Amino acid sequence: MEKSTVFNNRLLPYLLLLPQLVITVVFFYWPASQAIWQSFLREDAFGLVSEFVGLENYQALFAQPEYYQSMLTTVIFSTLVATLSLSIALLFATQADKNLKAGGPYKTLMIWPYAVAPAVAGVLWFFMFQPSLGMLARPLRGMGIDWNPLLNGGHAMTLVVMVSVWKQISYNFLFFLAGLQAIPRSVIEAGAIDGARPMRRFWTIVFPLLSPTTFFLVVVNIVYVFFDTFGIIDAVTGGGPAGATTTMVYKVYADGRLGGDLGGSAAQSVILMIIVIALTAIQFRYVERKVQY
Amino acid sequence: MVEHRPLSDFIAYAILTLGVLIVAFPVYLALIASTHDAATVVGGHMPATPGSQTLENYYRAIFIGGSRTSREPVANMLINSFVSAIGIAVGKIFISILSAYAVVYFRFPFRKTAFWIIFITLMLPVEVRIYPTYKVVADLRMLDTYAGLILPLIASATGTLLFRQFFMTVPDELLEASRIDGAGPFRFFWDTLLPLSVTTMAALFVIQFIYGWNQYLWPLLITTQDSMQTIVIGIKKMLVATDELAEWQLAMATTVLAMLPPVAVVIFMQRLFVRGLVQTEK
Repeated sequence: MEKSTVFNNRLLPYLLLLPQLVITVVFFYWPASQAIWQSFLREDAFGLVSEFVGLENYQALFAQPEYYQSMLTTVIFSTLVATLSLSIALLFATQADKNLKAGGPYKTLMIWPYAVAPAVAGVLWFFMFQPSLGMLARPLRGMGIDWNPLLNGGHAMTLVVMVSVWKQISYNFLFFLAGLQAIPRSVIEAGAIDGARPMRRFWTIVFPLLSPTTFFLVVVNIVYVFFDTFGIIDAVTGGGPAGATTTMVYKVYADGRLGGDLGGSAAQSVILMIIVIALTAIQFRYVERKVQY
Repeated sequence: MVEHRPLSDFIAYAILTLGVLIVAFPVYLALIASTHDAATVVGGHMPATPGSQTLENYYRAIFIGGSRTSREPVANMLINSFVSAIGIAVGKIFISILSAYAVVYFRFPFRKTAFWIIFITLMLPVEVRIYPTYKVVADLRMLDTYAGLILPLIASATGTLLFRQFFMTVPDELLEASRIDGAGPFRFFWDTLLPLSVTTMAALFVIQFIYGWNQYLWPLLITTQDSMQTIVIGIKKMLVATDELAEWQLAMATTVLAMLPPVAVVIFMQRLFVRGLVQTEK
């Protein structure tokens, strides 16, 4: 879609674009290219001398067991968070779509966690599950579970997954509800006349029609789990215990900040960029074809 | 709906109520904790009802500081958060409405190139290129400044795409009419396009305000002075100190204060916020 009538002006469009282009080049393209360049350099401890080392940073990275560990953690973490937050949100959205008399307030009450900062959500949940004073940690101990997310990697992972899911349900709920409400009632009624029970109608009619929304949400959720959960992980576990909750994004931060290894951190950034771009491309190329519009 | 069965409605209400409880419980606990004294909160048997220390806790958090180790008053952090969130929202609206106007209403060499240069930024959030961006900001001497907090976060295409989509739906006749009236590009933009864009601008403002307010990693890196800290960072630092010193009631009061502005924005501007979301992402 192009406009048929436009202004003819030589200089003005460039002036209008200038602020955005300047900011984009200075704060996006320049650092992104620096990340790529830096991944081929090794700096001395004071950052004074840097030497071109080719792929050495990458080789060092792939020789590290911790790096594979962080990949595995990322896969487990993102699968759990995306699956749980999508399915719980879908359950709530199908209920809210039932034309209830008092449905309105429920919708408002469901969506506001979107506005809570991830790090703040982390602090809230940490408070509930803090081993010595957490309100929900004591009942767990009462059940014979030696709950301690500060020492036990599995517990720490459970906690960050719970927070991340809690934070993301509202967003998924909103989009599922919008998707459900866009499905024509007549299609569902036709199914009902054919004698399909509600469950059957959901799986054979509603769910396939919802697939564009689901597809879109899967993409968004993966990006969310990769990047926006940083604040949650840092506030709740700091990547620990013993690296049990160190995802790939967290490792970029930890290696650069705490380890002072800028070359290695840059190499990780580059790998992460490639993964995110590849994931997005794969999803658009292969998954979107199977989606029914 | 197709059939209305009381049982089905009952199940729906039950599930939704459960959902709302799950969503609200952590916040309720924080509210309660922020009204009791330290001993009650740490004692491990926190009551389910508000206590009597509300005013004192909030007064101390806002004006004196969260904990014994980092005495930075929350009032100061709130100001920093407000300035950067509003700066991010307004800055983003400003640069993206101008560039969308250029891309939609003008034909010029490199128009497609310019659009793609902007579009590609959607792919990579600031987290991925965090250290190089830090270095650029440091070289520009923007550490510990509002400019450093704001500018790198507005370097993405979401706003431009949103305005571009909206401009595409504006009927061509409007432009023709204002040209007949002798209006140039500035007049058309100011008198016709801007008034039509108010709802889009408002929706974008809501989303960007929340985005800016909730930033964590970026302010964590580029603010070295406590006086430039935003409230989301402040809470985390308080938590580290609190673990030893048991000032959870102040940490929770701060948490409540940090949540209030963005949650209020979402609740009061729900309709705009929902529309804005659906438009940007889809």
